[in-house]
Amino acid sequence: MRTFPSPEVLRRQLPAGAADGAIILGTLVLLAGVAHVGAGAFEQFQPPAVVPRIDLDPRNLPYYALRSTLRMFIALAFSTLFTLVYGYVAAKSRWAERILIPLLDILQSVPVLGFLSITVTGFIALFPGSLLGLEAASIFAIFTSQVWNMTFSFYQSLRTLPQELVEAATLYRLSGWQRFTQLEVPAAMVGLVWNAMMSFGGGWFFVAASEAISVLNQEYTLPGLGSYVEAAIQAEDLPKLGWALLTMVVVILLVDQLFWRPLVAWSDRFRLEQSAGAATPESWLYDLLTTARIPRLIGRRLAPLAERVDQLLAYLTRPRWVDPPNPEAERRRERLLTQLSWLTIGGLGAWIVYFVATTVGLGEVMLAFGLGILTLLRVSGLLVLATVIWTPIGVAIGFNPGLAKLLQPLVQFLAAFPANFLFPFATLFFIRAQISLDWGSILLMSLGAQWYILFNSIAGAQSIPTDLREMAMNLGLKGWKLWQKLIIPGIFSAWVTGGITASGGAWNASIVSEVVTWGSTTLKATGLGAYIAEATAAGDWPRITLGIGMMSLFVVGINRFFWRRLYQLAEEKYHL
Amino acid sequence: MSSAASPVLIEVEKVYKRFPLPEGKGEFTVLSQIDLQVRAGEVLALLGRSGSGKSTLLRIMAGLIPPSEGRVLSNGRPLRGPNPDVAMVFQSFALLPWLTVQENVELGLKAQGIPREIRRQKALKAIDLVGLDGFENAYPKELSGGMKQRVGFARAFVLEPKLLFMDEPFSALDVLTAENLRGEIDELWNTQAFPSQSILIVTHNIEEAVFLADRVVILGSKPGRIRGEVKIDLPRPHERTDPRFKSLVDYIYEIMTNPEIPVTSEVAAPSPVSPRAPSPYALPLPHARVGGISGLLELIVEWPQGRVEIAELAERLQLAVDDLLPILDAAVLLGFAEVSGRVVQLTEIGQDFANTTILRSKDLFRQQLLARVPVFKSILQTLEEKNSRSMRADFFLDLWDEHFPPDEAERQFATAIDWGRYAELFEYDASEDRLYLPEPSESPPAQ
Repeated sequence: MRTFPSPEVLRRQLPAGAADGAIILGTLVLLAGVAHVGAGAFEQFQPPAVVPRIDLDPRNLPYYALRSTLRMFIALAFSTLFTLVYGYVAAKSRWAERILIPLLDILQSVPVLGFLSITVTGFIALFPGSLLGLEAASIFAIFTSQVWNMTFSFYQSLRTLPQELVEAATLYRLSGWQRFTQLEVPAAMVGLVWNAMMSFGGGWFFVAASEAISVLNQEYTLPGLGSYVEAAIQAEDLPKLGWALLTMVVVILLVDQLFWRPLVAWSDRFRLEQSAGAATPESWLYDLLTTARIPRLIGRRLAPLAERVDQLLAYLTRPRWVDPPNPEAERRRERLLTQLSWLTIGGLGAWIVYFVATTVGLGEVMLAFGLGILTLLRVSGLLVLATVIWTPIGVAIGFNPGLAKLLQPLVQFLAAFPANFLFPFATLFFIRAQISLDWGSILLMSLGAQWYILFNSIAGAQSIPTDLREMAMNLGLKGWKLWQKLIIPGIFSAWVTGGITASGGAWNASIVSEVVTWGSTTLKATGLGAYIAEATAAGDWPRITLGIGMMSLFVVGINRFFWRRLYQLAEEKYHL
Repeated sequence: MSSAASPVLIEVEKVYKRFPLPEGKGEFTVLSQIDLQVRAGEVLALLGRSGSGKSTLLRIMAGLIPPSEGRVLSNGRPLRGPNPDVAMVFQSFALLPWLTVQENVELGLKAQGIPREIRRQKALKAIDLVGLDGFENAYPKELSGGMKQRVGFARAFVLEPKLLFMDEPFSALDVLTAENLRGEIDELWNTQAFPSQSILIVTHNIEEAVFLADRVVILGSKPGRIRGEVKIDLPRPHERTDPRFKSLVDYIYEIMTNPEIPVTSEVAAPSPVSPRAPSPYALPLPHARVGGISGLLELIVEWPQGRVEIAELAERLQLAVDDLLPILDAAVLLGFAEVSGRVVQLTEIGQDFANTTILRSKDLFRQQLLARVPVFKSILQTLEEKNSRSMRADFFLDLWDEHFPPDEAERQFATAIDWGRYAELFEYDASEDRLYLPEPSESPPAQ
């Protein structure tokens, strides 16, 4: 925390006047950009006659990039709002918690891409005649890819507030609003920003996938970077793909510098540890904003108004003392809830039986299950490969602080980079080398997923205390012995975290990795992802439902029976 | 300063606090039949060892948790919800790290809806009072521990509460800082400049209690109950050099180390005798590691005849009572030492234990354990009855769970494991969570 600017800041500082100028200019550019791009959302759209077309001229790329970025930020805004409400309710009410948290657990395991078909049709019906429907469907896809992580993080922070802070807030009679703004949100801020940043990175994948899709035998195109790539693939135009790739790199870097860096630097003040941290995150833009006078002036002008609003909201949420619940009523509610949940489970079970019997039939279910096993094998193979290749590299990087500092941003960037931008290059390679997509799709899935393993291996290796490493060196531990005794136990927790993320990402990616096209050539793998993709394209509702349901079942089952157990083991035995 | 004529600010009537044990196994009593009054103008200390429920009592009086039975009267009216007359200073400060010193101090005023300008002025005054002017715009993480607690005091002072509650306010600070801050708070109280009418402080530090308080209420453990109170009849400020100061401290040490002796003072409250359950798992083990016990014995044996005053021992070790007493209790339980009055004396076995080799000391420890702590015999019997000569740890944990809340049951279990392992009575495999009888071998293990 800097109350007084640190010497480095003072040296780099622009004069306040220049900083103010930069801020005014920046704000104007931002507003103009949003206005220009936002208008595009209301374009005419009357399928199949009037559909927006993608112009492959690279000069249009900045415009398309802005369109995609705007979608990302709208989704982020909705995600934040949803997080605050859902997380708050789940943490505050014991009864809501018992429904909302398991639900969240299931929702985050559902393959988002499989749902696109359902949401697209729904949203188009909601906004007839304008692109807004497609726009909303795309934003919704991004939203569902970002939001669960953030919500879990917020809920966790609320549940683990330091006891004494809560007592102080109660004794000093903070109103609900004051508690929320002064205690709960700030305490959750660091985790929230970090998770939002990570999820935002993952979101680029869904922008690319949701802008150009074919649903129910219809091609839907939404102007943006993703649809530009799609059009370039159709035209078999490699140089254009290169331009799109470059644009994506620039956009990710810009968003990082202009949005996430300042946000991370700002949120550092909300760290709960009371001692001064060793390394405070820095951002030139944040320094600029704190140097300039305009933001402060505006802040001071608005202070009385903010105070008024604050007092009003505080008044509306005065603390009320709730008498401790009557244990008899409590038990009755408990019974009711148990009965209700059994009823729901029973109802769902009955519906599933009915659905299978009347539409797809048992044979189709077995087929989908078999395809699920194939995809599961691919995901597992990917995890093993990524672990064998990237863990040693990650550990080597993590043990070398200089290298880690240099490479970590790069790995973070790679994790955020949407792998589906690279798919066409890989597809071309598969066609030329005549590699079956049954194997190739493993590579496609790993293009996105492997970085989580690398990233977490680095973090895990860094978390191994130096004295333990010195001890190992002193005892002469080397090679496999060193891995067995120190490194594997030391990075295990981090590896599990990476594995969960990578596995979830890979399942989602299977829907776009098991069917790929280059121009008029289509490669297809046998698997559940391809099954869903084909059912979606054909508009075969029963099969879409079956495919998504089966994949959700696989993901939830593997999380429960595999990852959850490893996680527990990591917590209990290998906690450093 | 206090007298019977001063108005009663807060009154605790027949308060019990029980927490349910898991799976409907009944309840665990934390506080039993508490009657207590705090009058205007007095400093009252609640002194007790860990597990005496002193912090729980403080929180019940602050209205942060409701009692299971009985009631708290504040200004003669039954308390419902947070007590508006109380401001509290917390052990680990409870400052919001994202607010400046001034914003932290203003927090309670803001909650009352007091306008900005008045808030600012009051806060500045309170910050000035605790000697932090110049730090209004600093963030807590820029401050040292002592300064953070000063902010904690300012935040309480600014509300001008009738009662100031302190929950071990100096125990997170290093010795010198604590001493300094304690002195300043006492001085502030003595000069009548204090912003509240009474102070209630929870502590396990005997000297601190005698130094600050007019009245020291002593709590007993398991269940927490009031054993009695000691009036500190010294002129303020209480000088440590006063011989009467030392004798009061010694007297309280004696009470604290001997749970049976009655507290004889003007207002001695009856201490209900808790019925002892027949199960060997009901007898609480003091939480002391074997290393701590043998370390203590080796220290005491250095004194002539293995006799030393407990207060002197504590001072020599620089240990708080809370840390010393469990070790002492364990030594007494095992028959290595005896406490009479304010003196601890090693027994013959204790002297032997302190002087002998490690192998022999293990034998002694095992012998005493089996002779004097019934739970170990019971565990051994269970293990011997099994063909596999082993048993799931859960089985034993459940037995403790019958008598203790889950956390405490786990601590009991951990202590038993520590002692039993040292005595080589049984082995514990953490990964399988099982207890084993050791392999029978004629000779002691090599090396």
